[in-house]
Amino acid sequence: MAQKKSKGVIAEKKNEIMGGLKKLGTQIYDQLDNGVFPRITMPSRSTDNIHYDPDLRQYVLGERSVTRSARNIRHVKPFTQLAWAAMFSNELTFHRKTSTLRDVYYSAQAYNMTFKDQQESNNIITDLETATGRSREDFNIFPEERSAVFGDLTIEYTVPGYEGKTLNLSSHPDGVLIGPALTSSEFANTTANKVIAIEKGGLFTRFIEESVHKKHNAVLVLTAGQAPRQTRYFIRRLSDELNLPVYIFTDGDPWGMHIAMVIISGSVNAAHLRELNTPDAVWSGVWASDIVNYKLPTDPLDEVDIKRLHELQRDPRYQGDPLWQREIKTFLKIRRKAEQEAFSRYGLTYIVDEYLPAKLEDRGKKKKYSAS
Amino acid sequence: MAQATFEEISASDFFYRNRDIAGFTNPSRAIFAAIRELVENSLDAAESQKIPPDIYVRLSFEGEASTDTQIYKLRVEDNGSGIQPRFIPSAFGQVLYGSKYKLKQMRGTFGLGGKMAVLYGQIMTHRPASVTSSTGSAKIYSFKLMIDIQRNRPIILDRKVLINKEQWRGTIVEFAIEGDYLRARSKILEYFKQTAMVNPYANLTFVDPKGRLYKFNRATTNMPDPPKETEPHPYGVDVELLQRLIQLTPHRNMQEFLKFHFHRVGDITAQKFLVFSDLSVASCSKHGKLSYQEINWTGGPHCSRCGQELAFSSSKNPKKLSHQEIVKLMQHLKKFKEFLPPDANCLSPLGQELLKAGIVKELNPEYLVVIQRKPSTYAGHPFIIEIGIAYGGEIPKKGNFVIYRFANRIPLLYDEASDVSYKVINAMNWRRYKVTSDMPIAIVVHICSTKVPYKTVGKEFIADRPEVRKEVANALREVSRQLQRFLSKREHVDREKRRLSVFAKYLPRIAEFSTVLAGKKKQPDIQKLIKSVQKYGTEEK
Repeated sequence: MAQKKSKGVIAEKKNEIMGGLKKLGTQIYDQLDNGVFPRITMPSRSTDNIHYDPDLRQYVLGERSVTRSARNIRHVKPFTQLAWAAMFSNELTFHRKTSTLRDVYYSAQAYNMTFKDQQESNNIITDLETATGRSREDFNIFPEERSAVFGDLTIEYTVPGYEGKTLNLSSHPDGVLIGPALTSSEFANTTANKVIAIEKGGLFTRFIEESVHKKHNAVLVLTAGQAPRQTRYFIRRLSDELNLPVYIFTDGDPWGMHIAMVIISGSVNAAHLRELNTPDAVWSGVWASDIVNYKLPTDPLDEVDIKRLHELQRDPRYQGDPLWQREIKTFLKIRRKAEQEAFSRYGLTYIVDEYLPAKLEDRGKKKKYSAS
Repeated sequence: MAQATFEEISASDFFYRNRDIAGFTNPSRAIFAAIRELVENSLDAAESQKIPPDIYVRLSFEGEASTDTQIYKLRVEDNGSGIQPRFIPSAFGQVLYGSKYKLKQMRGTFGLGGKMAVLYGQIMTHRPASVTSSTGSAKIYSFKLMIDIQRNRPIILDRKVLINKEQWRGTIVEFAIEGDYLRARSKILEYFKQTAMVNPYANLTFVDPKGRLYKFNRATTNMPDPPKETEPHPYGVDVELLQRLIQLTPHRNMQEFLKFHFHRVGDITAQKFLVFSDLSVASCSKHGKLSYQEINWTGGPHCSRCGQELAFSSSKNPKKLSHQEIVKLMQHLKKFKEFLPPDANCLSPLGQELLKAGIVKELNPEYLVVIQRKPSTYAGHPFIIEIGIAYGGEIPKKGNFVIYRFANRIPLLYDEASDVSYKVINAMNWRRYKVTSDMPIAIVVHICSTKVPYKTVGKEFIADRPEVRKEVANALREVSRQLQRFLSKREHVDREKRRLSVFAKYLPRIAEFSTVLAGKKKQPDIQKLIKSVQKYGTEEK
């Protein structure tokens, strides 16, 4: 099998990020130096400025922009906080240190910059993301890690102390945590030809035990519920840099369906960011129609589930591929839902031996068809 | 068959049996009332001479009386007018004897105060009171007295005459009293504080039984003009008063009687009234007897039809009025609309400057406005409302306003919720004045009148008279408007200050962070920007 290689992406990106931050700082500095109140203009994140872009297949911010000016009494404090956050991010990136949102909140106090609460500090970080068009993970600000990856993919670290070291992601049977060190690594080589993203830890472990990665030449990604942004970014990189098709397996309910959708088309909250979604990824199950076809044990949909289905029915992200509307209608018709584990009624390996190959073939065919 | 017996009781006896109505309700109230009555007598005695009062009060522990009460010795010294020796025994040993039966603004109203205290002390301890006084003459007189309760007569136990080398003037009263100081303490201290507030020209000193010294120093030696004595106003009289006046008048006709014994009644008004009340007949040579409406009074009474001058029948001798006629006279006095309103020179309000000085001295507020209303009347009694509203300083924030009520320079400490001021203050729409109850605000209401409209004998709160209510409400609105102006101006200044401080705080930080971020060495100069905000700030006003 051909070995795919992708190198230098991370290093290049880091330069871009630091350049962007420096540009922001210089802009503020020059304005002050010229004796004018500094101002920053960025796209507005208000809901009426968020649109779905069918070409990009994700939410984007519209034309409207807002200006934060230090001239304005209500803006001067958040402006200062933004300037601080930019400087702090610059330091993190430069020293290749990582931080979390919580950490940012406390670090501010070391600079005598107080945030009223966590929410205020989170908002400022989102402002910084919007102003620079970069996600906070690019500035080394990470949330708690909980997702994992497993498969024949060799990565090369860029974090301090590990530069140049490599790791094969099949070397640890529990999978490898998708943390800052992993997401900032370059991809060295892989024999895999596809990515399978799995919602639940139990199934992820089952897949490893049953050697799905070998049988199907796959990199397995555990999203652990709604995929964190860095995991979505990681999947995007697997898709872009290594050209691997991505298949997503979730529970057969509106929530599982939406986990797949966020990986594919992104979220409203990240409308100001790019490259967190993987438009070519496909949802492989569990579909509502699978519940019928495989006669899976089910639970009834409750009121919240039904309400969510109606919301999703109107959601622009669900208007593209006819699959989505078809499955939503089926859910509403059968009023049942099933978890991934429901396949265990046919034995522990049924899902790996029978269901998975069938679905992969099905979605693969469909994809080829629609692409041509 | 049982026979009912009737016996006359003396005034002393009456108050002995009904001491509640004079404020001697219980041991803690009694000790408060005794101090209060004597202090007020002393203030009056000094003020009547326009001497800034110096009053020294000492309460010393003498022994236990019961489980809750103790015997104390109360000593009150003043630098007032002093009492002539022949009046001393009666002034302190005879209830309802006093100088307070003429009409002018005085602190007490019944002539009870000091005697009641002495009487109460005697009842509880069976000890004599000692009174020492001098009018500044060469001699000081010192008496030991008791009251013969049944006969309402002073009993002189001892009398001394001392040589007044230092020309001392004043009165010292000392007697034993049973009471509960611990419980009365807070009221007594509050009483001194408020008395100091409304008598800013007085020095008050109080030494309590534990030897603690409380000193309230005067803030000024200016004193308000003393009130002038005045006759009763016709609207304010009753049958009893008429009868007394008739008894003592030397005048033998009604016109003279009215003119000399009533306030603001002259010849014309008396004549008018007599025709109005049919006590005198006016007749015209052409038209005969004229009714009140047929007389043109402008420029001397003449007939409204022919303009001829009128003849009046000589009116009755007041001494010859029958009881029914006296009752009728009183009713006519109340009905007649043309009496001039009472003159306020019988009143002695504190005045804005003195009231201000008193409030500043005791509350040290951040802002204070005081106004005095024009004189007004209720039922023939003139009164003046003075009001002050104070903000901040030592005024506590306690969730509602602190109200200080005064009547004829006496603090009113009990029954606040029944007072007309309390009602007016609570009925006010404070939101209109941007005032909220959590602000540190004190409201001072002073009413002075020849007859303060107390609701009860205890003299603790002002009755809800429509005339009084209206004056208090108008005064309150006036000071509140000024307070509102102050508050909004202060808010504006505060907002400006806050605004400037925000820029002064954050702009340097922005400079600092952007310098690091841009990789520069020298920070940009932001002084110009900060200055521009300041300039902008002053323009905005």
